[in-house]
Amino acid sequence: MPVISVRDLTKVYKMGDYEVRALRGVSLDIEPGEFVAVTGPSGSGKSTFMHITGCLDRPTSGDYILDGRDVSRLSKDDLARVRNQKIGFVFQGFNLLSRTTALDNVELPLLYNGKNGLRTSERHKRALAVLDAVGLGERQHHMPNQLSGGQQQRVAIARALINEPSIILADEPTGNLDTRTSIEVMGIFQRLNIERKITVLLITHEADIAEYGTRLIRFRDGRVVADQPVKHRRDAEDELAALPPPEPDLIPHPDEEHKGADQAS
Amino acid sequence: MSILMTLRIAFKALARNKMRTSLTMLGMIIGVGAVIAMVALGTGAQQVIEEQVKSAGTNLITVMPGSTNAAGVRTGFGSSNRMVPADALAVRDLPLVEYVAEVVNTRSQVIYGAANWNTNIEGTNVDLPMIRSWPVKYGTFFNEEDVRIAAKVCVLGSNVADNLFGEGIDPTGSTIRIRNQIFKVLGVMSSKGAGSGGMNQDDQVFTPYTTVMKKLSRQDNLNRILVSARSADAMDQTAALVTETMRIQHDIPPGGDDDFTVQTLEDMVALRTAAANTMTQLLAGIAGVSLIVGGIGIMNIMLVSVTERTREIGLRLAIGARGSDVLMQFLIEAVVISLVGGATGIALGYGIAEAARVYQQMPALVPVDAVVTAVLFSAGVGIFFGFYPARKAAGLDPIEALRFE
Repeated sequence: MPVISVRDLTKVYKMGDYEVRALRGVSLDIEPGEFVAVTGPSGSGKSTFMHITGCLDRPTSGDYILDGRDVSRLSKDDLARVRNQKIGFVFQGFNLLSRTTALDNVELPLLYNGKNGLRTSERHKRALAVLDAVGLGERQHHMPNQLSGGQQQRVAIARALINEPSIILADEPTGNLDTRTSIEVMGIFQRLNIERKITVLLITHEADIAEYGTRLIRFRDGRVVADQPVKHRRDAEDELAALPPPEPDLIPHPDEEHKGADQAS
Repeated sequence: MSILMTLRIAFKALARNKMRTSLTMLGMIIGVGAVIAMVALGTGAQQVIEEQVKSAGTNLITVMPGSTNAAGVRTGFGSSNRMVPADALAVRDLPLVEYVAEVVNTRSQVIYGAANWNTNIEGTNVDLPMIRSWPVKYGTFFNEEDVRIAAKVCVLGSNVADNLFGEGIDPTGSTIRIRNQIFKVLGVMSSKGAGSGGMNQDDQVFTPYTTVMKKLSRQDNLNRILVSARSADAMDQTAALVTETMRIQHDIPPGGDDDFTVQTLEDMVALRTAAANTMTQLLAGIAGVSLIVGGIGIMNIMLVSVTERTREIGLRLAIGARGSDVLMQFLIEAVVISLVGGATGIALGYGIAEAARVYQQMPALVPVDAVVTAVLFSAGVGIFFGFYPARKAAGLDPIEALRFE
């Protein structure tokens, strides 16, 4: 059973007297465990597609079955609940709460999951587990401004994982990162995808980043114009091993950085 | 999401911006502090007035001629002089009445040797020291025999004694002259200070009322009758009895207006505190304006905060917060600011009142109901001024909010 199944999805925005048809009938299925890269030029409708699959918006017409449930006609509050339980978001700008520790940032979705029975210690335990999964367990008490861009994005990935979602929606997750860090972050997505069988939906306009996925969907003018498996899939781990070691000035050694952060705080 | 969780989120958000939070609170602190301080000073002043009135004597009922409403025409107290010693006699026989003192006043020059002094000559009866709980300092008060024969005897107020004889001198046994008649000084009253009307109660001379009526002012009517009830509980009952007796004495038909006024201590307290009350309300009202300004400050900061934290709100919505969760978060943030500010303001008000009491010798008392009102009002200000920004936050579209730069 596909985790995402959309049929004849359309979305029309009204902008004054104009009508913008952002999606003009999109139908596709995404199976569990797939790593789908969605690309297309700006204005192609890929963002609108992401907003609808992310339950941030509702389609004008068409059906959207997420995890066997029709979510295309849900109320705002029900959509919020679906977002909390089924979807993990990773954004280009990380969107971490400032002056809030990595641990607290990761715990944030737990505060909205409706289960009031979850105790503080239990929340910490789960948050620490996902932070460990992205290799940042030691940085749990760091503030976002004490973390590098790549580390911040890993905290954001941990936050997306905490409610064990059906899919992870990553919207240009490497847009603010340099090449090496981008590869690191894509490596985490690949690892989570393989080890935890998490379905990843990656929105990007960079063709080379899209090649980390298993399947490539290309949008243009509100339609899917290409949907094919990735022929030469890139492996982030191999690439990282092949890269020269990081230049010390740019990325300090974790231990040194740790000390630096302690002094700064 | 539970209210506890929302509280936790709101506290975390406020703690992230301590400087702004405390500055916003400052508006509430000053507003509530000003109101509490003003009310405390006003209440203190009222209490002083009450004490002054009560110093007139416990369980005191005053009967005055004239009515506030005679035949539809409102006249002042004492405008018709129809009270005679017989009225006092009738009142004296009432069961609930303990003491009665007839009062007649006149003003006159009093002379001792080369010294002279213009003062109030208070003609009264032997019950006066008991009614007013006012003992003599030197000598004795005049007795019933003095009243019966209209003896030319007097007891001086301490102020008069000081002025005629010098301070600290016991003039008992001396003679003074009032309107060219020789009066024997029987004693001096202890000092009582300012009375309910603000006049100095120590600046008068007491003589038997019969003496004043027959030998000084030559009048046959009384200015006042002072009545003391047997107990404070029986005040209203006693006042009613006195009124009934006076109506019979004056042959007033049923339905006719009283030609006298019966005033209990409570009436007097109410009358005197009314002015102080108005002043307190005025001051508290002005201070209340600063509370409103504080509230507007909260709204202002919350609006700025909502705009500044648009991305945060977008993120919260994206990861599963409902509109109502965001609304509650911002509402609680506003209420926490106003309540903590209000509580601090109450402490500040207490401090100001205490400082005024200690350093300025101003009477100050913080009433409990003012504190309760301040707390409720603070919460109200938070909810009222926090609602609009909170609703604005809750109404944000997550997609737009996440894109916000």
